[in-house]
Amino acid sequence: MSGGHSTYTPKSGLGRWIDARMPLPRLMYDSFVAYPVPRNLNYAYTFGGILSIMLVAQILTGVVLAMHYASDTSLAFNSVEKIMRDVNSGWLLRYLHSNGASFFFIAVYIHIMRGLYYGSYKAPRELLWILGCIIYLLMMATGFMGYVLPWGQMSFWGATVITGFFTAIPLVGEWIQQLLLGGFAVDNPTLNRFFALHYLLPFMIAGVVVLHVWALHVTGQTNPTGIEVKSKTDTVPFTPHATAKDAFAMVVFLAVFAYFVFYLPNYLGHPDNYTVADPLKTPAHIVPEWYYLPFYAILRAITFSIGPINSKLGGVLAMFGSIAVLFVVPWLDTSKVRSAVYRPWYKLFFWLFVANCIFLGWLGSRPAEGTYVAMAQVGTFYYFAFFLIIMPVLGLIETPRRLPNSITEAVLERNKGHGGVAITSGASAAPASKG
Amino acid sequence: MMKILSGLAVLGLLAAAGGAMAEEAHNAAEPTHFPIHKPAELDWSFAGPFGVYDKGQLQRGFKVYREVCSACHSMKLVPFRTLEGLGYSEAQVKAIAAAYTVTDGPNADGEMFERPGIPSDHFPSPFPNVEAAAAANNGAAPPDFSLLAKARGVERGFPTFIFDIFTQYAENGPDYIHALLTGYDEEPPAGMEIAEGTHYNPYFIAGKSLAMAKPISDGQVTYEDGSPETVDQYARDVAAFMMWAAEPHLEDRKKTGFRVMVFLLLFAAMVYLTKRKIWADVAH
Repeated sequence: MSGGHSTYTPKSGLGRWIDARMPLPRLMYDSFVAYPVPRNLNYAYTFGGILSIMLVAQILTGVVLAMHYASDTSLAFNSVEKIMRDVNSGWLLRYLHSNGASFFFIAVYIHIMRGLYYGSYKAPRELLWILGCIIYLLMMATGFMGYVLPWGQMSFWGATVITGFFTAIPLVGEWIQQLLLGGFAVDNPTLNRFFALHYLLPFMIAGVVVLHVWALHVTGQTNPTGIEVKSKTDTVPFTPHATAKDAFAMVVFLAVFAYFVFYLPNYLGHPDNYTVADPLKTPAHIVPEWYYLPFYAILRAITFSIGPINSKLGGVLAMFGSIAVLFVVPWLDTSKVRSAVYRPWYKLFFWLFVANCIFLGWLGSRPAEGTYVAMAQVGTFYYFAFFLIIMPVLGLIETPRRLPNSITEAVLERNKGHGGVAITSGASAAPASKG
Repeated sequence: MMKILSGLAVLGLLAAAGGAMAEEAHNAAEPTHFPIHKPAELDWSFAGPFGVYDKGQLQRGFKVYREVCSACHSMKLVPFRTLEGLGYSEAQVKAIAAAYTVTDGPNADGEMFERPGIPSDHFPSPFPNVEAAAAANNGAAPPDFSLLAKARGVERGFPTFIFDIFTQYAENGPDYIHALLTGYDEEPPAGMEIAEGTHYNPYFIAGKSLAMAKPISDGQVTYEDGSPETVDQYARDVAAFMMWAAEPHLEDRKKTGFRVMVFLLLFAAMVYLTKRKIWADVAH
């Protein structure tokens, strides 16, 4: 909560000189050192930091890869192989970047689920949530275009299928598709504009991340109890407390990431992408990257027409709707209680929702035939029902558990069980002296 | 957080198990899913966190490629100079390259000319272009070998694909290649129609038969190191060689990986102790 005064006092003459002209060090100090965070944050709250590390890592590896990559359909595939074989540590850069995309999405999914579980989107954090949704949307566009760049079979056919969605839109659909492709089919102009946009979008993400963090620092973080910070004992200074906890989570996350990069670098990819794109040869099953699979399942679940909406348009609407619905979550949830910890029924439906997303992801990797379609329809129904029926209705009829009066009280209660430490000590510990 | 993650894992497993059973149901009679048989998992020297290529095996595999496969299959992305990775000396690599004829040019007179290969050349292709390759092979161009070991992989299915994370199973490609090469001897079941000009192989990933006939037989390639001259051994050796061709920096990757993992785990332990000290007197 940035309501308080800035406690930054520059120590050197140069520090005072800068502070009087452009107080960037003060901004940094107030945002990442003195900034008070709830004392009861668990490890689910470390993924924001992890995500910023991943964004920086993706940009750094990506910039170097771009120095060696050629965005021309006759050169792209071989230029990637040149990186893998001849560029110094090129294999490492590329595996970091391709697996980095996957781990970026793993982190963002945990981050989003954290938000849904603890009700982080509720007033006054609606804009914070919406900015996050925009980042996620930009990430999806970036990831999709990045997957096209190696110009393998899945790159080409994935691009063909996904840009084909746009033709379902009445009147302007085909025009949009041709604008995306730069022609009538996926070809050299498509590859070139996707490369340009793939390079551009991460910087737009970085821009929205700044807004996201700004919004966060205005409202302050939520916490597992969902109760707002009320007194100084509810918080600890960001540094060293959150810094150390975030750092530990980051290193553990990086260890899992490294495990995949060094030992299973192609586990999350598709073998077909090691075959150069061939417009005359359609792969048996066209599947997108794993992180889009739930949405792909929703797209293909709509096999029926509803009035004037045919199944193709219906599928596209359902798929875009499944992301659009996230934007209005703050207004769909009618509960006065923020955190699922105190909402036994919401907790149940939430975990069903998580399981359903994984289930849809698995269905997305299956061919759209037989029982898979029926299962995907059930999954799609629950996906939308969770947001459009359960969230609004449950908030009105559910009896929440008793809420503690404050974060401090909740912490004390929890620590009584296993002989915790008295509350009076840590909270007001000197902010920076420990770092 | 642990509670959240374990809950997530359990629910995910339950959801996927339900689906997996449904898959079993419509997979019986006439094959609709390929391959008909899944490849066997072999022991590869390059598997696991400390895997390294067996250089003797790579040289044998290269011999099989040179004497048999290269009649139809190109390997465009591999330059001769990298053959030092198979344990050959610089002089040996020069000699291997010189045994090939490559087209170069144009020279000062504007003419293309032929010359013996040098280490910086790539393996020349057996056909001038894909169309020629297809025309000479019953309409199906033989795939390039450079990346084939990474471009083929039989789907593992649930729950095996989850165990694969912990066993570090990443040898789908070589296992598939070995299974395909040794899979020609089975007769098609009675009543199954095999298209003319194709050859039944229950291990083929994209159908019940393929355009390539059985490519190699026992005793076809002579080994100087006393290894058995069987189709099974040829298949293992050429699959290992193809893995090397597709992933020449595999050993480097795994060695670097070990150092990175040790560093990250030690660093994690230290950061954890620091974190614990900082939070020691703060109830949370």
